[in-house]
Amino acid sequence: MLKISDLHKSYAIGDTSLHVLKGIDLSVEEGEMVAIMGSSGSGKSTLLNIIGMLDVADSGEYILDGLPIDNLTEKKAAVYRNKFLGFIFQSFNLINYKNALENVALPLYYQGLKRKKRQELGMFHLGKVGLTDWAHHLPKELSGGQKQRVAIARALAANPKLLLADEPTGALDTKTSYEIMEFIQQLNDEGKTILMVTHEEDIANMCKRIVRLRDGVIMEDKKVTQVRASQYV
Amino acid sequence: MFDIDLWREIFQSINKNRTRSILSGFTIAFAILLFTILFGIANGLENTFIELFGTDAKNSIVIFPGRTTKAHKGLQSGRRIRFKNEDYNYILEEFGDNVEYITSKVNRNVEASFKGEKNSYQVRAVHPEHMYIENNVVEKGRYINNRDLQNRTKVAVIGNAIKEDLFIREEAVGKYINLNGIPYKVVGVFSDDEGDNEENVIYTPITTAQRVYGNNDYVDFIHLTYNPKLNYDQAIAFGNSLTRKLKNKFDVANDDQRAIRVRNFAEGTRNVSQMMFVLNLIVLFVGSGTLIAGIMGISNIMVFIVKERTKEIGVRKALGASPRSIVSIILLESILITSLAGYVGLLIGATVLKIFGPGLKDYFITNPGVNSGVVIGATIILIISGALAGYLPANKASKIKPIVALRDE
Ligand SMILES: Nc1ncnc2c1ncn2[C@@H]1O[C@H](COP(=O)(O)OP(=O)(O)OP(=O)(O)O)[C@@H](O)[C@H]1O
Ligand SMILES: [Mg+2]
Repeated sequence: MLKISDLHKSYAIGDTSLHVLKGIDLSVEEGEMVAIMGSSGSGKSTLLNIIGMLDVADSGEYILDGLPIDNLTEKKAAVYRNKFLGFIFQSFNLINYKNALENVALPLYYQGLKRKKRQELGMFHLGKVGLTDWAHHLPKELSGGQKQRVAIARALAANPKLLLADEPTGALDTKTSYEIMEFIQQLNDEGKTILMVTHEEDIANMCKRIVRLRDGVIMEDKKVTQVRASQYV
Repeated sequence: MFDIDLWREIFQSINKNRTRSILSGFTIAFAILLFTILFGIANGLENTFIELFGTDAKNSIVIFPGRTTKAHKGLQSGRRIRFKNEDYNYILEEFGDNVEYITSKVNRNVEASFKGEKNSYQVRAVHPEHMYIENNVVEKGRYINNRDLQNRTKVAVIGNAIKEDLFIREEAVGKYINLNGIPYKVVGVFSDDEGDNEENVIYTPITTAQRVYGNNDYVDFIHLTYNPKLNYDQAIAFGNSLTRKLKNKFDVANDDQRAIRVRNFAEGTRNVSQMMFVLNLIVLFVGSGTLIAGIMGISNIMVFIVKERTKEIGVRKALGASPRSIVSIILLESILITSLAGYVGLLIGATVLKIFGPGLKDYFITNPGVNSGVVIGATIILIISGALAGYLPANKASKIKPIVALRDE
């Protein structure tokens, strides 16, 4: 699914430069569910953003689904993001003046689908996260868990191959976190490849593999037995 | 451009941010309002000038003889200059190409009577072409013609006002009107849209007047219109050369301003059109100044809006929005706000002109208003303005990196 080798990334801070990723080698197969862990500032988000083509690496190789990702134009990157990737953010990042359905349908708009088709698909995905009744509510009328479910539905709407989640449960209480994880596990069961950043061990253990970052390199990369979230909810 | 979903996006965004959008449109509305009113007033001034000139031919040149004020070629000053028929012929011979219509004139005041009614009027003895120079409209019968000139017939064409005063309810054409004791046959009645003053006039053949008032071939003055193909400068040059030639013919010093006076309407017309040009320039200057201020205002607010929406734009990009779609949204939003606001300004301006316009007659402003040309022009200007105002912010928006937009929590 994706293969990264010797990836480097630095940020310029004033005159000095901060070397955040110092040679990352990582490959993820289709159907995997990977948790990326590490202390704050270890470069987890940076790595995920590069994988999501929201940011670019300084050097190294990155191949996504057989396509080398290198020197993409903004336009091409937009197409890839739209076609291959679904994003779930810690702070949901819903558009506040659009209702749940409109938010979910937005990636479909950028795919060029007709309005009717978008509404249909949007409702379908809202149904999958159990929010059919909330389709016409604005984000501010939803709870945190509901917002994240809308965000998941939105990430799924364009039917991406790879789902990227940066601390998807970071803003949620434990119970809601498990509910969200249950959804994500379900998606993985259906075959979606998932990469998620998390700080919480229990959340990480609900994945199938844990990658630990420290000082810009991968310190540990191990398979784990997945803990099912359903047993807690 | 005409993607309905794109417009839906834009309307949604404007609608969600109504206050902000109205505020940003305010300066443009004000600019267009100001522009409309200024433009309307300038138009009104022009209308006043046009009205002042009346419907007389605007290409008139009138030549009056006077008395010399300077001794010249052994002739003393104070000599009276008189035009004769030969001078009329001379002008036609020398300047025939530049002359459109020409008439000699003899003016007299007469006591006119018909049956019991009498009054005093001006008689103008003229050539037939006078009708076109003065823009007289024959209501009944005919005008003076060439046969009248040849035969020195005693015929008269009277103004509508005279007809109503002297003939009251009777038919005038075919009757005889008494002018200073001499009967003239009324052959026509005319009207003149300059009103009663110009209709309290009796026209007779010039040759008849010359015989009746002294049996000579004197002419009081000559009125002509220059060839309308001449531009102002050519017309003025024609007037000058006409003056010079006549002065020469009458042995008048070139700098003698009294002996032969030539009033060339081209000068006045040119002055007015020059003044209007300057006035329009000022209006354009003030108007476009305000418009530019408006554009900068919108642009500023749009930049602010883009900043405020950085996160949203980042999210859209993460979801696969192309740079182009982001540019379209901001640009079209700017154009829409600008155009709507501009039309509000135009509407208010036109309404103000409509309400207050009639009261401005005392200030030399007649019928101020905007025409459809202005509306079309304004539309084009507004769309361009909107695009200009949106350009910078749209460019900024398209450069937003999703990674930067999505950070900062
Ligand atoms: N655009 C940037 N410019 C400068 N420094 C940056 C930028 N983005 C990230 N950094 C720095 O790079 C380092 C890694 O950041 P990153 O966000 O990847 O950490 P993280 O592992 O996700 O941390 P956290 O768990 O707190 O989210 C941090 O020290 C951060 O301050
Ligand atoms: Mg992070």
